[in-house]
Amino acid sequence: MRDAEEVLPWGNYPRVRHAAIVPVYWRHQPLPSTTGTMLPLGLARSYGDSALNEGGTLLATRGLDRLAAFDREHGVVRCEAGVPLGRLLEIVEPHGWSLPVVPGTAHVTVGGALANDVHGKNHHVAGTFGHHVARFELLRSDRGRVQCSPTEERDLFRATLGGLGLTGLITWADLQLRRIPSQWVDVETRRMAGLDEFFALSAESAAHEYTVAWIDALARGGAAGRGLFMRANPALDATQPPPAARSGIGIPFDWPAAVLNRHAVRAFNALYIARGGGQWRRSRQPTRKFLFPLDGIARWNRMYGKAGFLQHQSVVPRADAASKLREMLAEVARSGGASFLTVLKVFGEREPAGLLSFARPGVTLALDLPMRGEATLALLERLDAVVRDAGGAIYPAKDARMSPATFRASFPALEEFARHVDPAFSSSLWRRVHA
Amino acid sequence: MKPERIVIFGATSAIAQAVARRLASRGARLHLVARDPDKLEAVRADLAARGAAVTTSLADLDVVERHEALVAEAFETLGGLDAALLAQGTLPDQAACERSFDRTLAEWRTNFIAPASLCARLADRFEAQGAGVIAAISSVAGDRGRRSNYVYGTAKGALSTFLQGLRGRLDSTGVRVVTIKPGFVDTPMTASFRKGALWATPDQVAAGIVAALDHGRGEVYLPRFWWAIMFVIRHLPERLFLKLRI
Repeated sequence: MRDAEEVLPWGNYPRVRHAAIVPVYWRHQPLPSTTGTMLPLGLARSYGDSALNEGGTLLATRGLDRLAAFDREHGVVRCEAGVPLGRLLEIVEPHGWSLPVVPGTAHVTVGGALANDVHGKNHHVAGTFGHHVARFELLRSDRGRVQCSPTEERDLFRATLGGLGLTGLITWADLQLRRIPSQWVDVETRRMAGLDEFFALSAESAAHEYTVAWIDALARGGAAGRGLFMRANPALDATQPPPAARSGIGIPFDWPAAVLNRHAVRAFNALYIARGGGQWRRSRQPTRKFLFPLDGIARWNRMYGKAGFLQHQSVVPRADAASKLREMLAEVARSGGASFLTVLKVFGEREPAGLLSFARPGVTLALDLPMRGEATLALLERLDAVVRDAGGAIYPAKDARMSPATFRASFPALEEFARHVDPAFSSSLWRRVHA
Repeated sequence: MKPERIVIFGATSAIAQAVARRLASRGARLHLVARDPDKLEAVRADLAARGAAVTTSLADLDVVERHEALVAEAFETLGGLDAALLAQGTLPDQAACERSFDRTLAEWRTNFIAPASLCARLADRFEAQGAGVIAAISSVAGDRGRRSNYVYGTAKGALSTFLQGLRGRLDSTGVRVVTIKPGFVDTPMTASFRKGALWATPDQVAAGIVAALDHGRGEVYLPRFWWAIMFVIRHLPERLFLKLRI
């Protein structure tokens, strides 16, 4: 056992110490005995403190990286919780299968994807990761091994999907895969002038498998909401395998904070939008390149420097989404806070899979903001107020600072969920929002 | 020629698992030998789910009396054998070994006697068929005795010397004997160590082992920069070396 271990979350904020990091290598072994609380950790891609457990123990699950079975006929894979999604795709895709839902990076584990009930660019047609989990085993401090499925231990099943690792250690999961015609997608991209156009394009593109918009969060007034709209479908007539993934470029150290300033972001945004054009531009891309655009740049989070960054991802109900989004974008533009990557998407109508699932019917907005101390935290609190007022939610996987009130407002089933938390498990986020 | 029928002893070690995945992904047929039934089944199921042809034998390799039968079983199960990887081993608690010589002997049995016994039996069969590869995982720790882990170092040093001699004996018989010397690898065996820049992942080391199985000769340091580090360590004058207190 090592002591005083620091694990950096993806946003490099906050920086906290742990009593120990205990690797878990075998799915049949019992939980370690610890003095404080424990929390499973996968690839540490959560942005804030949801995968941290300050002063406690982290169960490092990367050694749980085995498959247990792969039914090639029915497309069901049983795998351990520490298998990275990217590795899983490499194994199943040559057999014509893929994961029905993936987030914007392949560098997350199956356990992490399940515990955050992640969503992707196809939420409007496929729901979340949890909608495709058929069964999993949970190792709890009070009950030992419990198998959960939509019909067996249903309450614990729903508490664990999106349950932030708090309901016990997921050892393995059965995932239902889906057939893919190829490992390529046909992508269409066009410029959009503002939010009205975003909603029109989203409605028009509802039959496409993937839709997402990238917006310029620095644009104000009439230009607010301008950006690029992307939609894509799996390519039906592509037969060749995609090019092998290259190790690619990487960011070897924390950049000085000044590099990624407002002017740099403005220039980048303008350049990006200039590429769009007023008509649909069509291209065929490897599915992975389209779904995981930033995975080609290792450790891109270092662009934000040593102070780190905060991501704010919210969802607001569809009804008054336009005005709420305008309010939030106006707040960000007024603050001058440079959001490098601002993403907008209309979620589908499917009921959430888990008690604490973030993705729900509505419109989601994700903003990146460099950590500049109190001013940044105050801005994010103002954004939270807009979301609370709209009856929306903030995504815990990306959060490092929301208030208990915001958390309660985001998750009406909170108290029901709390009953399923393993008595020996906790996290920095959980203590912060559920004191 | 790349080996296609391979037996792995100590198949549930992290390095062995990473090697097996790489071999499986190119269609090799594998026979796995290990002691713990749950771990062996987890590793077998993983490789089978990836599409590999895998068989297993459960065995405590400390029991050298079973080695002849285990080697014979590997040949039979795979219908002949092209290569063997010896990956079993432990990392002894040096202080505990200093308190108990019985424990020291037990560690030497696991880390030297058992792999040497397997190599001897594999060597006879490979020599008879005029082909085969023996790759055994030794360690940089065997290159010089250090106060912090000389019980382990002694076993690995003895294994390296044994393999060196065996290599000489089998020279020009068509049989290759490769000594694998990994540096620091992040595995369950080293879970309690603080990791620094010199640490490699099991998969990085596995890539080197697969290359060694294909065409390696002599001693292979993994990652390769360990050759330079150990060159310096080996050649430090004794008085200076003692001052390092390593």
